[in-house]
Amino acid sequence: MRRKDLLGLDGVSREEITEILDNAMTMRQVLRSSNKKTAHLQGKSIVTLFYENSTRTRMSFELASKYMSAAAANISASASSVAKGETLIDTGVTLDQMGTDVIIIRHPMSGAPALLAKHVRSSIINAGDGMNEHPTQALLDMFTMREHLGDLEGIKVAVCGDVMHSRVARSNIYGLTTMGAKVVLCAPPTLIPPRIEELGCTVAPTIEDACEGADVVMGLRIQRERQQKGLFPSVAEYCDNWEITPERVALAKKHALVMHPGPMNRGVEIASSAADSAQSVINQQVESGVAVRMALLYMFTRKEI
Amino acid sequence: MEKMLLRGGRVIDPASGVNQIADLLIENGRVAAIGENLPADGAQVFDAAGKVVAPGFIDMHCHLRDPGLEYKEDLISGTKAAARGGFTGVCCMPNTKPVNDNASVTRYILEKAQWQGSGVHVYPVGAISKGLEGKEMAEIGRMKQAGIIAISDDGKPVTNSNLLRLAMQYADYFNVFIMSHSEDKNLVGDGVMNEGFISTKLGLPGITRAAEEVMIARDILVAEAEGKRIHLCHVSTKGGVQLVREAKKRGVRVTAETAPHYIAATDDWVIGYDSNCRVNPPLREESDRLACIEGLCDGTLDAIATDHAPHHLDEKRVEFHIAASGISGFETAFCVSNTMLVKSGAMTLDKLIELMSANPAKLLGVEGGCLAVGSAADIVVLDPEREVTVDADKFVSRGHNTPFHGKTYFGAVCATIVGGKVIDQEG
Repeated sequence: MRRKDLLGLDGVSREEITEILDNAMTMRQVLRSSNKKTAHLQGKSIVTLFYENSTRTRMSFELASKYMSAAAANISASASSVAKGETLIDTGVTLDQMGTDVIIIRHPMSGAPALLAKHVRSSIINAGDGMNEHPTQALLDMFTMREHLGDLEGIKVAVCGDVMHSRVARSNIYGLTTMGAKVVLCAPPTLIPPRIEELGCTVAPTIEDACEGADVVMGLRIQRERQQKGLFPSVAEYCDNWEITPERVALAKKHALVMHPGPMNRGVEIASSAADSAQSVINQQVESGVAVRMALLYMFTRKEI
Repeated sequence: MEKMLLRGGRVIDPASGVNQIADLLIENGRVAAIGENLPADGAQVFDAAGKVVAPGFIDMHCHLRDPGLEYKEDLISGTKAAARGGFTGVCCMPNTKPVNDNASVTRYILEKAQWQGSGVHVYPVGAISKGLEGKEMAEIGRMKQAGIIAISDDGKPVTNSNLLRLAMQYADYFNVFIMSHSEDKNLVGDGVMNEGFISTKLGLPGITRAAEEVMIARDILVAEAEGKRIHLCHVSTKGGVQLVREAKKRGVRVTAETAPHYIAATDDWVIGYDSNCRVNPPLREESDRLACIEGLCDGTLDAIATDHAPHHLDEKRVEFHIAASGISGFETAFCVSNTMLVKSGAMTLDKLIELMSANPAKLLGVEGGCLAVGSAADIVVLDPEREVTVDADKFVSRGHNTPFHGKTYFGAVCATIVGGKVIDQEG
């Protein structure tokens, strides 16, 4: 890995993404073997620093570290401590002093990993910052897609849900367009950020248009607070217009994949009948997540700088 | 009495249409003569050859943070920084702790400035509403008697349009006008930067231009209905400039300012999440920047005001979302404005001086802004051609928060003179 940090997929090349995904293939073999223990990270120290709740991202990083024999530790900070507690820079410098090699950070504010990266020696991996990026999620999504669809060049990926607040959407837009895929977004107009097309994707007028001929139909979580904040009037009306249902998935290609980064709000952005269908790879995404994170940790502890 | 002779500079005084190389003689704190080869006659001689001698800048909008927020700035550091920036008079906004919403605070500011300040005239702006809460009117009459120059709830908009209307009527009786911070908080929401492609790209919550324009329109309409005067602070959008232009055309008594950062910086400066680029209103886009310049050129915008908003380093060395809003602006106002407006060819130096000196003096009704014989000798000596690299670490202000750090501009402030006394000199 030639970069110190992975802050996002914006600016990450096709070659780099391919290298990560290739390494993840190897790691998945380890993951699927009966003895999930390698010495890849022996003598390395990995810390997860999470200012937001997370189940799968945090656990997959932690297990990835442990499967590869790293010294792994985690810090949970409450969201309220962001404003009132120790500053992010001070926390980062403290971890640095303890000999940390990689800090994995999740933070409710966009740009926090970038701020941290500027002030520490450790490598920073962004595990989700505000509405900015969630690069490891997009990498695991691409890993899963590649597994089923082969080359990502030319495929159509429909992304439906809360695009506005989604770091998963942004990272997938960057990653997938770099890999030559076509990303089509669909959401209520109040959940589409301005000029998002300029990132290289398109916005479909309806979910039917988005799903039409798609290779992948990906849902994004709709938090119920969005309704309370007045971004759409009711869950029922949301579902009428934007829910991923088997009928809508049927408009996609025959073997199209149904994906979701989790956690799902069943019956809101995705119907259970779609999430649990034979086309769904939502559970596989979780496995891919561990493999991709193992690959990243391996690569970031072997810097070619 | 003390005499000083500014020798051989280019005297530029837009208020009296002067632009010539001349000597300027100061006697008893006033301009005594302007002419060629004036005899020194015992006066202290200041060599201004190759420099520009202009009326001192007057800043209609700054934050001196005193009382209560002295860790950011106080009346001593603030007035020194103002002098360093070439200002001979500054209007300080009332969002201090406590708020300048009563005569006691006004008197405190004036007395401290007088006894401990650098010599720069300080014109306190009182609050429109008690505690800046937008509910009850502050004691405008008593504050006026104590020395306020205008009223504003700066930092917070007056949401209640009827309060604005009543304050306009009431303040006018005391010959006080309103400086409006025009912002619709509902439209701002949780936004931290301009809404546009960059906010989408960075995943930062955006602030629509409409947040500013809706309230500018409201302010104009209320002033129009009342036939009263209103001054709009820190206009930053193309639409805002256009609203002011149209209102002026139909005779509304509206005036407006913009700040150097709105004519020099755009929202793409936020890429990288530099919290020094966080300011309210936010840095906009190129079309807005150009519209603000056009507004200054065609007279739609009357003045350049710094919105000098010093903050402690600790308040900026944090995540962009929780970083304090504001730019420490005194010490970069001239070089940034000179580069973006004069060096770029958009206007003459005379016009820039008018925007920074003559017009603010006129709007505020204060002395200064003019070098006619008999005027107060509030003067700035400039070297508009000199290249300067902004070094925030060398700011006199306690606030080192600037997006201009490390950037190179044209224009140095060589000396600042108030009442015939040199209060700041480079070197």
